[in-house]
This record gives sequence, structure tokens and C-alpha cells, in this order.
Amino acid sequence: MALHDNDTILRVQDLSVSFRAYGGMVRAVRGVSFDLRRGETVAIVGESGSGKSVSTKAIMGILPANAVIEGGSVLYDGMDLTRLGEEEMNRIRGRRIGLVFQDPMSALNPIMKVGHQITEVLRKRMNKHDAKARALALMEAVGIPDAPRRFNQYPFQFSGGMRQRIVIAIALAGDPEILICDEPTTALDVTVQAKILDLINQIKEERHLSVIFITHDLGVVAHMADRVNVMYAGRIVETGTAEEIFFEPAHPYTWALLSSVPDLQTHERLMSIPGTPPNMIYPPRGDAFAARNQYALRIDFEQEPPYFSLSDTHRAATWLLHPKAPKVEMPEILRERIKRMKEEAAHA
Amino acid sequence: MPEQENVLEVKHLCQYFTTGRGRKRMTVKAVDDVSFTVRRAETFGLVGESGCGKTTTGRTIIRLYDPTSGEVRFCGREISGPMTPQTRRYLTDNIAMIFQDPIESLNPRMTIEEIIGEGLRTRGIKDKAEIHRRVLQMLAKVGMTEEHATRYPHEFSGGQRQRVGIARAMIVNPQLIIADEPVSALDVSIQAQVINLLNDLKAEMGLTILFIAHNLSVVKYFSDRIGVMYYGKMMEIARSEDLYAKPLHPYTRALLSAIPEPNPLTERKRRRIDYVPERDHDYSVEKPSMVEVEPEHFVYCSPSELAACKAMLRG
Repeated sequence: MALHDNDTILRVQDLSVSFRAYGGMVRAVRGVSFDLRRGETVAIVGESGSGKSVSTKAIMGILPANAVIEGGSVLYDGMDLTRLGEEEMNRIRGRRIGLVFQDPMSALNPIMKVGHQITEVLRKRMNKHDAKARALALMEAVGIPDAPRRFNQYPFQFSGGMRQRIVIAIALAGDPEILICDEPTTALDVTVQAKILDLINQIKEERHLSVIFITHDLGVVAHMADRVNVMYAGRIVETGTAEEIFFEPAHPYTWALLSSVPDLQTHERLMSIPGTPPNMIYPPRGDAFAARNQYALRIDFEQEPPYFSLSDTHRAATWLLHPKAPKVEMPEILRERIKRMKEEAAHA
Repeated sequence: MPEQENVLEVKHLCQYFTTGRGRKRMTVKAVDDVSFTVRRAETFGLVGESGCGKTTTGRTIIRLYDPTSGEVRFCGREISGPMTPQTRRYLTDNIAMIFQDPIESLNPRMTIEEIIGEGLRTRGIKDKAEIHRRVLQMLAKVGMTEEHATRYPHEFSGGQRQRVGIARAMIVNPQLIIADEPVSALDVSIQAQVINLLNDLKAEMGLTILFIAHNLSVVKYFSDRIGVMYYGKMMEIARSEDLYAKPLHPYTRALLSAIPEPNPLTERKRRRIDYVPERDHDYSVEKPSMVEVEPEHFVYCSPSELAACKAMLRG
């Protein structure tokens, strides 16, 4: 099962994950496929419960005990990660693929000095002295001042931003080639967030990392991503380059997502998505977004839409793109905003 | 500009918290000499990062804390002094609060009707039919239905819970609502629903809102005027258009430059500004104060910085 094209470092194919719950199986991820290419940042964006975190946990093999991988594969370096045993997975987790969690306080062990937590990965491979030297170098690399003193401190002695830097240092300690960031800045203030995002971009360049970046914040996506996957109810509903998703969105959910957040120039009424996401114990028939979709066609309630290609890189799962579908334009408010954004970019 | 009625006047408000005793005694100046006014039917936004004192300001106004010093006036009447039963009654009749976390601020053992109607019961309304009628009326206003009234908070989604929180605050017909991060716990698609609802209620009922949030885009969208706080102090107050178009205080500029916008073309070229108080200000000789640089635009700065600000506005 080798990957055909050399550029692709990780390939997720038709991945499906469900959770055993009281009422039945919760279909959290339903047939997700995407590629991660060398040196690029792929963003997965969606609301809570859309399955974005579960997909990456499946890649890392850290799903909770009640989760079942129902199908699909995660191809990496000639292996299918979903079929690896715990021991083999341990050789990949942390060393080849690093993970940065959302909440740095719960990702760190509160009663263990941070230096110890960074060197944990290293000590199997080198002696204590070398491990410490490397950990200090890592701490400097992620921008922690006064590293030798900080090395012996506990997580509670760090601010939120500094803690997230420690988590990033731990993720980098194994010298991975893929970094998965699961909402790394959601718990942080904007000014701190800006610094952490710049740090992730900087170490990505320095270490030639490929990054999977999960977030619900479209501004962060615009700042980080080369390509974007929009997820809803366990499915990727639209995928494309950042420009395609932000300037030529084709799926009604992407339209709604883009026009429901105010930017600094918004005056008009926000477009809100009525209702709430569906209960995935009983996935609705047809398109999961149909019930909230003001552009839904009759077929949306009967049959799940396939992907329609808009370009080599841009695909969307909506019946609106079917040749026989009525021609529907994106909402006025969004078209205006895209026009404004392009003008702004031309001025800048 | 015609003189508008000030609903809320906050003057030199200080809220200090102390911990430890003896030599370990420490004072945290959570709110330090903050002054602003909120006019009738306007939305005043308070922004800042976590720990800047914006929530404490809101909570001190509604007297969840007793202020260390300073003065708060509501429609001309002082509400920051000693707490008499009359003042408390006056306060709770006129100011209501919407909290950030809709699940933690709703009692899990009470039905929605009990939660929303509680404000009426504590005001001595005993007629159950009357309470029921007004609760249903309020539910309809926030976009919920009669059948929701008998359910419990855990049966609802985050957005619906926040609607309940809004209905609970509105049922006593307050003149001022303090909304403390009302949308930050919600998903983006639900956020828009709640913001639109607050906007509708504001237009319909002529509400005055003190809107506390850390998301500058949301505050900008929702507020008429904005106050920017940093480490317990007010840095800049301006009309929201002005604050965005011509931010004067270096912290405001840093904050604005840090917001990622959903535009990949500008984001890739974005240059962020850092705010380092020690570098950006020299207050060793001149002391800073809050001054009005142009009409409706206040900045916390020293005399020489003021000159620089004025030059910037002219240029």
C-alpha cells in the first residue's frame, strides 16, 4: 500500500469512526478523505461535533475506548495507521507525528516539572545530560525566555501562552515530520494567539513540517492554511485551496459559515444558520445539512450528494452543483464581503 | 451632537482584591480608576484580554463586588454606596445580567419556566397565571415555544440555553443589561443567531447594553461605542468606527493587528504590532491621564503623547 505520488506524506481514505453510546452508534466521522502534502498546512474547519477532532485522534490512534473505526485507512510511510498495534504506533506517535492539544493546562502533567515532561520523549534515545541540553534548545526555539530556570518549574507557574509553547516543545521533541494542531489557540487571548500562530508557522518553515490544523475560527484558517477542508456532521462538505474556499465557496454550509461571523467591516444583519446540527445517532436521510439549508432541493432530503469538482483542487458535496440543479448564487452579503476582501488585498 | 441622557455613569471606579496577610499581603488592582458613561439605548462595548478587568467592572457595577472606591451612578442615583435594601431593590429592578456560560448560570433543577419566572416571583408577584403568561410572552420574544417551558436546561443546546439566559434577564424589564461574553461559548453559526436576537430586542425594547467581550470583531459589530481595557485601566474610548479607523493608543493598535480576518490574501502579509508598555511609554516625567483627543474619542496618554495623537489625527 505505497503512496503513489511522492509529494503526499499522509493520506486519509474514506475514514469512518463511530462511538458506542447509550442510544446506539454515534456516527462521528463518515467517510473522510484528504491528503497532506509535504510542507503544507491543511486546515480542518467545522463547528463542535463536526468530527474534526475525532478524525485526527483516529490518525494518532488515541481514540477513546468506546470508539470504533468502522472503515477506511490512514496511509503513512507505507503503513495503514488504523491497523497498527499499540507498540508499533508508539514508534510513530510523538516521533514521526506530533500533536498539540487545545488546552495546555490539561495537556500538561500538573505535578511534573516542565523540563521533565519535555525530556520524557528524549530519554529513551539519549542520556540525561544530552536530553536536557536538547530540551533547553527546544525551549529557546519555541520562544521561552530564561529557559534554564523555567526548565525546573511546574506548569502552574507559566502563563497560558507560555504553557502552549511548552506543549509545542514537547510535540517537537521527538523531531516529527507531521504536526497535528488541535485548536491550539482557542483557549488563548488574541495577542497571544497571534504569537503562537507565528511560532507554528516559523517552526514549520525551519523544520520542514507538514501541519494539520484544526480550528473553528475562519480568521485563523485564513492566516495558516494552504488548503482547507470544511466539515459538517462527520463529512468533508467542501475542500479546496484557501483562496477557493474564501473567495469561491460553493457549498451552502461554507456560505453560511463565512457570512455568520462579523468581520471588522460588517454592518448588515448577520446570516445565521437556523436550528442545530443533527443528532448523529440517527443521521438524517440524504444530506445532513439539508434541514438547515435554505437552498435545499428535494433530492437533498433523499440522497446524500456526491462530490462535484470545481477545479483540480476544489470539490464540494452539494446537489446545487449538479448540471440539472437550478442555478443558485451565493448570498448577497457574502458576495459583497468577498468583493470587499479582494479590494482590500489589492490595496495592501 | 445633542446631549444624550446618561443611563450609567462610572467615575474613577477602583476594585482591588487583596490576598495574604502581613508581609505576604498583595493587592491586585483588577479595576483601577476606570471612568465611562453609557447613554440611553446605546450599546457600550468593553473589550480587553483575559484578566484586564472587564468582567470585574461589570460585576462591580451590578454590586456582585463592593467597589474599593469610585462612584457608579444609574440614572443619576448613586448605586456604589452602602447597600440598603432600597438600593438593592432599585439595582435589581433596573439592571440585569447575562452570563457567559449558559449551562453554569442556569439551575439544573429548575424548569425553564421557573428560571425565567424567578425574577417576577422575587419581586412579589404571586399570581401564577400572570407569571405563566409573561414567561410565555418572553419565550416567544427570544424565539422559543410554549413546550420548552416545562423542560430542564440540560435538554437544550448552547444557543437555546443562552436564549433562556436572555429571557431571564429581560423579564423584569430592566433599563440596562450587562452582557458578559454572551456569545463566546457558542459555535459560530449559533453565535450569529444570538447576536441577531440581541440586536432585535435592542431595537424593539430600546435596551441599553453594556457588552463585555474579548472578540473585537463581535464587539465592533454590536457596539456603538467601545472602551478598551488593559491591566485594569481604560486605555481608549471611542465610537466603534473611529476606534477601528484611527486607533490612537498603542495597545488598541496591537489588539487590532492581532485579530485574524477571514481573508487569506491579507492574512499572509499581515504584520502584527506588539505592545510593550515599558518601550511604548515613558511615564517617568509626565503622568498619563484620560484626555479627549477629538470629540467622543478619549485616550489614556501623557501630554507629549497627546500632541503626537493629535498630529496623527491631522496627518
